[in-house]
Amino acid sequence: MTEVRARGVPGGWGVAMLVVLAAALLVGLAVGPVSTGIWPIASSALAHVGLGHSRLSATDSAIVWQLRAPRVALAALVGGMLAIAGSAYQGAFRNPLVDPYLLGAAAGAGLGATLAITESVSGGLLPVAAFIGASVAVFGAYVLGRSVGGSRSTGTLILAGVTITAFMTAIQTFVQQQHSDTLQEVYSFLLGGFSSATWHDVWISAPYIGVSSVVILLHRRVLDVLSLGDEEAASLGIDVRRTRLIIVVAATIGTAAAVSVSGLIGFVGIIVPHTVRLLISTSYRAIVPLALVLGGAFVVLTDILARTIMSPAELPIGVVTAFFGAPFFAVVLRTTRRIG
Amino acid sequence: MIELRDVSVKLGSNRVIGSLSASVESGEWVGLLGPNGAGKTTLIRAIAGLVSYEGSIAVEGRSIVESSRREVAKLIALVPQKPETPPELTVAEYVLLGRTPHIAYLATESRDDRLAAERAIARLGLQKFVERPLGSLSGGELQRAVLARALAQEAPVLLLDEPTSALDLGRQQQALELVDELRGDAQLTVVSAMHDVSLAGQYADRLLLLDAGDVVAEGAAVDVLSEELISQLYGASVRVVRENGSVYVLPKRR
Repeated sequence: MTEVRARGVPGGWGVAMLVVLAAALLVGLAVGPVSTGIWPIASSALAHVGLGHSRLSATDSAIVWQLRAPRVALAALVGGMLAIAGSAYQGAFRNPLVDPYLLGAAAGAGLGATLAITESVSGGLLPVAAFIGASVAVFGAYVLGRSVGGSRSTGTLILAGVTITAFMTAIQTFVQQQHSDTLQEVYSFLLGGFSSATWHDVWISAPYIGVSSVVILLHRRVLDVLSLGDEEAASLGIDVRRTRLIIVVAATIGTAAAVSVSGLIGFVGIIVPHTVRLLISTSYRAIVPLALVLGGAFVVLTDILARTIMSPAELPIGVVTAFFGAPFFAVVLRTTRRIG
Repeated sequence: MIELRDVSVKLGSNRVIGSLSASVESGEWVGLLGPNGAGKTTLIRAIAGLVSYEGSIAVEGRSIVESSRREVAKLIALVPQKPETPPELTVAEYVLLGRTPHIAYLATESRDDRLAAERAIARLGLQKFVERPLGSLSGGELQRAVLARALAQEAPVLLLDEPTSALDLGRQQQALELVDELRGDAQLTVVSAMHDVSLAGQYADRLLLLDAGDVVAEGAAVDVLSEELISQLYGASVRVVRENGSVYVLPKRR
C-alpha cells in the first residue's frame, strides 16, 4: 500500500516560496530613487558575510543597508507574522474568517499609539504604547469572553473581541477628535506602513515575532487535531482550553509587536493563509510554515509598490495590499475548487 | 474493564443521569438502549471524561477524573455520533491523528505511529484509499476511516455513539460485524449507544436500557427485550420475535 504519512509542506512549493521571498528581498533592496542594480547589492551582501568584496559605493551602501534594508526586513517580519498569526487564529477558532486583529489587537494598538502621539510622548515610545494597547485589548477580550461563555464557546470569545474593539475604537476616535492638530500623525499610523522603518524597529520587534512564530510552528500538528472540533480533540488527549490559550497568546503577542512597528495592515492575515489553503494544502502542517514565508514575501512586494507607484510620494501600504491582493485572491478563489 | 459507581451527571440544572452503577467486563460488548434523551450519549461522554460527573468512573482500574486527558485517550477511543471529518484531509492523515495520545505534544509522528496507522488502515481494508481526501469517500468508507482512526489509538476501550445512524441497512450490518471482529482480534471492550433495538440485541453481549438517566433493565437481549418494556420505554408498538436464541424487534402499526 502507499506509504502512510502526513503531507506536510510539499518540497517543490517550499523551495518556490523561499525563492519568491529571497527575490522579493533582493528587489526590495534594489528598487528606489537611487538605482544601484541587483548584482552590486548581492556582492555587497556576500561581502557582509565575508565572501568576496563589495562592488557598492559608500553612499550606495549606506542607502541600501541603512535605509532600504531595515525597511525590507521589517516588511518581511511584519508580513510573515500577520500571516502566521492569521493561520493560527483560524485554526484555534476553527473559523476561516478570523484575522490577527480579531480580539481587538488593532483597536488597542490604535488607541495606544493615539495616546502616545496626542500626549507627545517621545517618538521611540510609540511602539511600546501600541504594544501595550494591543495587549490590554486582547487580555480584556479574553477575560470578558471567559467570564461570559466559559471556555467552551469560541463564539463568545469572538463577540468579546468585537465588543472590546468597538469600545477601544470609540475612545480612540474621541481622543483623536480632541487633538485635531495631531490628526495627520495618528491617521498615518492607523493606515500603516514602513516609511520610517529603522534597524531599531527591526531589533525591538524581531524577538517577539521570532518567539511567537516558533511557538505557532511547533503547534502545526496540534492545529490539525483541533480541526476535528473541541470534543474529538479532547478525546484524542489534547487539553483544548490550554492549547487554544497558548496559540492565541503567541499569535497575539506577535501581532502586537508587528502592529507596534508598522501600524495597521489589513487583509494579510486572511489572504495569505487562504492562498496557501486554496493552492497547496488545507493541513496546518503546510499552511503555518508557508504562510510565514509567503506573508513576508507578499508584504515586501506590496511595500515596494507602495513606495514606487507615486514616487516620491508614498501610498499607504494597506491600500496596496487590498488593491492588488483582492483581485489576486478573487482569481485564486475562482480557479480552485477547494474551500478551507 | 469499566466500572461506574453512583455516577450522576447534571447539564446546567437538569439531572441527565442519576446515580447509575454498572460495570463492563474486559472484552465485553455492552449496548446502551433507550429513547431520545435517555442519557445514552451523556453516559458515553462521561466515560470518556468529556463531561463532569459525580460518583466514580474507572477504566482498567484507573480513575478518569484523576487522569490527564492524554492518559484517558490512551485508554479510551471514542467514535462520536457525527464525527468531524475535514474533507481535505487524506485518509492517512486522518488515521494518523488517532495517534495523538502517543505523540509528544509538540512533536510529529514517529515510525511506530506510522506503522500503527498502517495496521489500522489495513485492518479496515482502506489500503486503496490512503491518499484519498475524506470528502471523496462514500458513507460506508468514511465510517471505516473513522473506525480506523479509533483503532490506531490502540486503546483497550472503544466507545461508539450511534455508530450506524448514517448507514443503510447493509452497511449497518457490515459496520457492526467489523466492530465485532475488531473486538475479537484486539481484545477490545466495547460500549455502544444504539437506536436499532434488534441490531443492538444481536451484536451486544449485554444490554443496558436507560430511561431518563436511570437503568430500567439490564441483561442479555433474550432476557430483557419484551413487548411491554419496549412499549413502556419508547412508546412504540412492536412485536418481539424470538428465534434460535436471537431476538427481533419489529415495529407494528397500532
